[in-house]
Amino acid sequence: MKMVTAIVKPFKLDEVREALSAIGVQGVTVTEVKGFGRQKGHTELYRGAEYVVDFLPKVKIEAAVDDALVERVIEAIETAARTGKIGDGKIFVSPLEQVLRIRTGETGKDAL
Amino acid sequence: MKTLFRWALLVAAFVLAPLAQAADVFPGTKLLFDTGKADIPASAAADFKAIAGYMAAHPEAKLKLSGYVDSTGPADLNKALAKDRAMAVSAALKAAGVPEDRIVMQKPEDITAGDGEQARKVEISLLAVAAAPATSATPAAPAAPAEAAPPAEAAPAAAAPVPNKGDVAWMLVSTALVIMMTVPGLALFYGGLVRSKNMLSVLMQVMVTFSMIVVLWCIYGYSLAFTEGNAFIGGFDRLFMKGLFDPAAGTFAMAATFSKGVVIPELLFAAFQATFAGITCCLIVGAFAERIKFSAVLLFSALWFTFSYAPIAHMVWYWMGPDAYTAADVVDAMNAKAGFLWQMGALDFAGGTVVHINAAVAGLVGAFMIGKRIGYGKEAMAPHNLPLTMVGASLLWVGWFGFNAGSALESGNSAVLAFMNTFSATAAAVLAWCLGEALMRGKASMLGAASGAVAGLVAVTPAAGNVGLMAAIVIGFVAGFACLWGVNGLKRMLGADDSLDVFGVHGVGGIVGALLTGVFNTQALGGPGLVTDWVTATVGSNGIATQVWIQLKAVLVTVVWSGVVAFVAFKIVDLTIGLRVTEEAEREGLDISSHGETAYSK
Repeated sequence: MKMVTAIVKPFKLDEVREALSAIGVQGVTVTEVKGFGRQKGHTELYRGAEYVVDFLPKVKIEAAVDDALVERVIEAIETAARTGKIGDGKIFVSPLEQVLRIRTGETGKDAL
Repeated sequence: MKTLFRWALLVAAFVLAPLAQAADVFPGTKLLFDTGKADIPASAAADFKAIAGYMAAHPEAKLKLSGYVDSTGPADLNKALAKDRAMAVSAALKAAGVPEDRIVMQKPEDITAGDGEQARKVEISLLAVAAAPATSATPAAPAAPAEAAPPAEAAPAAAAPVPNKGDVAWMLVSTALVIMMTVPGLALFYGGLVRSKNMLSVLMQVMVTFSMIVVLWCIYGYSLAFTEGNAFIGGFDRLFMKGLFDPAAGTFAMAATFSKGVVIPELLFAAFQATFAGITCCLIVGAFAERIKFSAVLLFSALWFTFSYAPIAHMVWYWMGPDAYTAADVVDAMNAKAGFLWQMGALDFAGGTVVHINAAVAGLVGAFMIGKRIGYGKEAMAPHNLPLTMVGASLLWVGWFGFNAGSALESGNSAVLAFMNTFSATAAAVLAWCLGEALMRGKASMLGAASGAVAGLVAVTPAAGNVGLMAAIVIGFVAGFACLWGVNGLKRMLGADDSLDVFGVHGVGGIVGALLTGVFNTQALGGPGLVTDWVTATVGSNGIATQVWIQLKAVLVTVVWSGVVAFVAFKIVDLTIGLRVTEEAEREGLDISSHGETAYSK
């Protein structure tokens, strides 16, 4: 099992969700986050005062998936979230040791 | 003000008496018709009005219409024409408000023949009434009160001017509009500009300062500002609003306006002016927002209101009223009783000096003395809610119609001029600020538009009823650019943390407005001019340079006075209760640390 964590542009969230549903991903967790990468922040000017806003709003999507599905999940997110411009985000994949469904107590692949 | 009222009574005795006499003379008239026509000449409208006025004042009088029949030409035609003309005059009189039963037409047999011009006339005269109506109307009755009351008192009492209901209604509305400017207008405008952790503290400082000043105004502020004293401060004649209302007699004292013989209840004038005192003190809050102790705001406001607002209001606005100027030989005496800047001839329609420059200087002094906010220039201190700032600015715009047009004190031409100028100058300033921003950095901002609106409103305040229509647009436009510089270049030059740019907007806008009022007041530039002789209410113009110099002196007096008073007042507060909250409290936010609540649930 793998945990796929994707940081994407907020307005791409719906497309990513649809793409993941289409390939059979059962559920994802979404968080609104801020951060910085190679995409620069912007400046805001209030009367005379100028503020540089370094942290830009992004959406973090976390999906726990079966090993067999990982490549397709990565590809789906990549396709759906890409605009070709700087700031499209990143996808991180990490090993997942255990999963447990709280209601039934199922573990491992069955709990996904 | 008491003396003012006494003067108003004297005026009633001296001026209105001959006026009343004049009204006693019947404004009889002869109407000359065009040959062969029965159309009323257009020039006769004023005559009909005068006659109707006389008739209203003399319920026993009746009118007689008499005409002539042309001695040349067909007799029947001439007779019919004479009748038509008499009927036309009768109809016009009725239209002017003279009841039909008080117009007596000449009997046909009494019509005499005339020739030439005489044949085209209809005369309106008083029907000679014998003593009959006079005797039938309550005999002996007038004799008794005449004996009881000394004649000197009886005369002015009869002639005491009565306020016009339209004026009273407009001033009531204007007063309420200025309250709306402050709470919620100014409070929201400022509130949106601070960080969310200080939102409630700013709303509180505005609302509570306003309330406190209104109470102080009723206790002693009105008396200090608007009663006779010296050229710099009034006296204590109206302490506790004494004499504005006599509950036993059910009478209200009257205050002068800017027209002879036109008054409003003095209590209403006091209420209107209370809102000005209140909002002026609230304006200062913007300069030291986000770091001052709540108690310090209140103590400072009370001190500054007493020693700067009341005197400046007295200096600029206190005078004896138009009715006091009864004759050329009292002019000097009356002028000497007026405020220092009024005597100088400074024009300030609604408070450019009294309200805006006054408050802005106090704010700037405060910003220097309290010091910068922690993290100023390093941490982001962006406005937390610009939509509320926009709502606040818009409420200010609407409320300012009460502020400026209400300052005419009457619901008349001057109020209309002030209304339109307040409208257009503000619009021009919004455009100017946005244009300036777009040119400087490529984007026009919402905060810029809202700030531009306030800049235009401030600048047009002294000018409102004192300049022409296009001048107001020029003033707004100049103010938009000037205040944009005020919050950028000037702010960096001054180096003070004037949190919400009280000086950049109200100070710069106020000074621009005061000086340009001096430029555009002259009739040569489309302005209404100023009253050069209050005895005759003659309007003329000062030279532009002369008036601008007067305006500049008024600005300087206000800057120095307010600056010194503010410095001393802040010093007193600093030495007694302290100006600033602790660093910890400032970081936590004044909402929690000063008031124990938060504006928004998380």
